[in-house]
Amino acid sequence: MAMLEFDNVAVYYGKVQALRGISLTVEEGEIVALLGNNGAGKTTTLSTASGLVKSHSGRVSFNGTDITKAMPWNVVGAGLIHVPEGRRIFSTMTVLENLLLGGYLVKDRALVAKRIATVYELLPLLAERSTQQGGTLSGGEQQMLAIGRALIAGPKMLMLDEPSMGLAPLIVARVMQVISEIRDQGTTVLLVEQNARAALKVTDRAYVIDGGTTTIEGRAVDLLGDSRIIDAYLGA
Amino acid sequence: MIQLIWDGLFVGSFYALIALGYSMVYGIIKLLNFAHGDIYMLGAFIGFAVLTSVGGIPASLSIGALLVVMLVSMLLTGTAGVLIERLAYRPLRGAPRLAVLITAVGVSFSLEYGISALAGPNPRAFPIRLEGNVFVLLGARISLPQIILMLIAAMLMVLLNFYVEKTSTGRAMRAISLDRNASLLMGINVNQVISRTFFIGSALAGAAGVMAGAYYGKIDFLMGFIIGLKAFTAAVIGGIGNIKGAMLGGLVLGFVEAFGAEWFGGQWRDVFAFAVLILFLTLRPTGILGQRVTERV
Ligand SMILES: Nc1ncnc2c1ncn2[C@@H]1O[C@H](COP(=O)(O)OP(=O)(O)OP(=O)(O)O)[C@@H](O)[C@H]1O
Ligand SMILES: [Mg+2]
Repeated sequence: MAMLEFDNVAVYYGKVQALRGISLTVEEGEIVALLGNNGAGKTTTLSTASGLVKSHSGRVSFNGTDITKAMPWNVVGAGLIHVPEGRRIFSTMTVLENLLLGGYLVKDRALVAKRIATVYELLPLLAERSTQQGGTLSGGEQQMLAIGRALIAGPKMLMLDEPSMGLAPLIVARVMQVISEIRDQGTTVLLVEQNARAALKVTDRAYVIDGGTTTIEGRAVDLLGDSRIIDAYLGA
Repeated sequence: MIQLIWDGLFVGSFYALIALGYSMVYGIIKLLNFAHGDIYMLGAFIGFAVLTSVGGIPASLSIGALLVVMLVSMLLTGTAGVLIERLAYRPLRGAPRLAVLITAVGVSFSLEYGISALAGPNPRAFPIRLEGNVFVLLGARISLPQIILMLIAAMLMVLLNFYVEKTSTGRAMRAISLDRNASLLMGINVNQVISRTFFIGSALAGAAGVMAGAYYGKIDFLMGFIIGLKAFTAAVIGGIGNIKGAMLGGLVLGFVEAFGAEWFGGQWRDVFAFAVLILFLTLRPTGILGQRVTERV
């Protein structure tokens, strides 16, 4: 049984159709990339899974449960955590408060404290800035905070939307490294990226979305050598 | 001078209590809840109904009775606030702002004329009247009831501040006012938090209504109208959506009125308040405490 499964999902914004039949699966323990150009429908795909956007037809399931019509807080409660495009840090709240919000549904406070300690270990720069306002962090730091915040929820699976956006190459490498560490510790990952090269280096498999449908699917190592990918997404 | 400060502080703490509900609701759903002043009126009438149904209260017990009645009234106005949001505002979520605003005005009229139909259009004498010695404090006169009411208001605000700053639900309220979708991704049940916000804001207004009834001794179905506008002014002065701003704005407005009435005559009191409102709306719509914080995008 797949951890996350999209079966022919269609989504409209008003009259505009953003997704025209997305089908994909992510198995437990996998790290899968979702590639595609601007406006292809990557963010909409993640938002449909997390319940921010309602699908018009098709079915989304998580761990065998139908979440097509689930409310966002139920999706989070089930362990599927979406780290949104543009980080969406609560800018006037401190780093610590942002992390605490990540654990909003975790009733056991000791567990939240333990997870925060673990995140501070994984991302020491957050520990140093614990009392600083989230909005004053650099872009890379904010991305780390967004990922750290998602970890406090104790995710079974993370969906990351363009974590490399706007970051210097060195920082991108660091973010990708953190993402693979998270996977190595047992969390399944769906990684949306425009930076296909960076994404394919750390993922097992990838899907390409074009015009709201999944067009290409394959193992990352194969896709790195696939001419369709090279021409369209990896540059010459 | 000191006298004006006491007067300003006293009236200001009423404004602050009501401004809080205005500001919290605006912060979380960006709605100017024009029915909020009428919740204050509803609170006064609930207090009135409870007190008349239990019969006469000996003067010696009036403070204790007042507190009990205030709690009952807070529970009921809080519930009324939740129901109003549920029935009138929630179905309009995502509708144009103007539609919701007009609905709020409609709710306001419904409360006013509903109470008028139930309790009659004429002013009613509030069953308890707080009376007490007048002290001279720092060279100015202040009465025991004034001190007690200010203390109650201050205590409610301290509690609220603790709730918003330190509890998980309070943090969720602040998160929703910053970024609703991001809050959803944290697993926050936004509907539930909005309900709680309405409950708390309405309960505070209800408390203020009972306090006003006991202090002024007279209530009527339109008593929430002007004070609603004043509370809105206070919320704007402090920075609408900002909790500390609402408290500060209430006090500032209280002072402005006290000093304005002293220097220019009592008939100018309301003119002053609304002049300040217009001044802020044109010159500094974010208020004193609004958006002072550094942000980096
Ligand atoms: N809130 C919205 N209202 C209307 N149309 C929208 C909305 N959000 C997205 N769209 C449209 O849906 C399509 C898919 O958008 P989406 O944001 O999912 O793309 P994306 O692949 O994430 O793009 P990017 O790489 O630029 O982030 C686009 O055509 C976009 O214009
Ligand atoms: Mg996107």
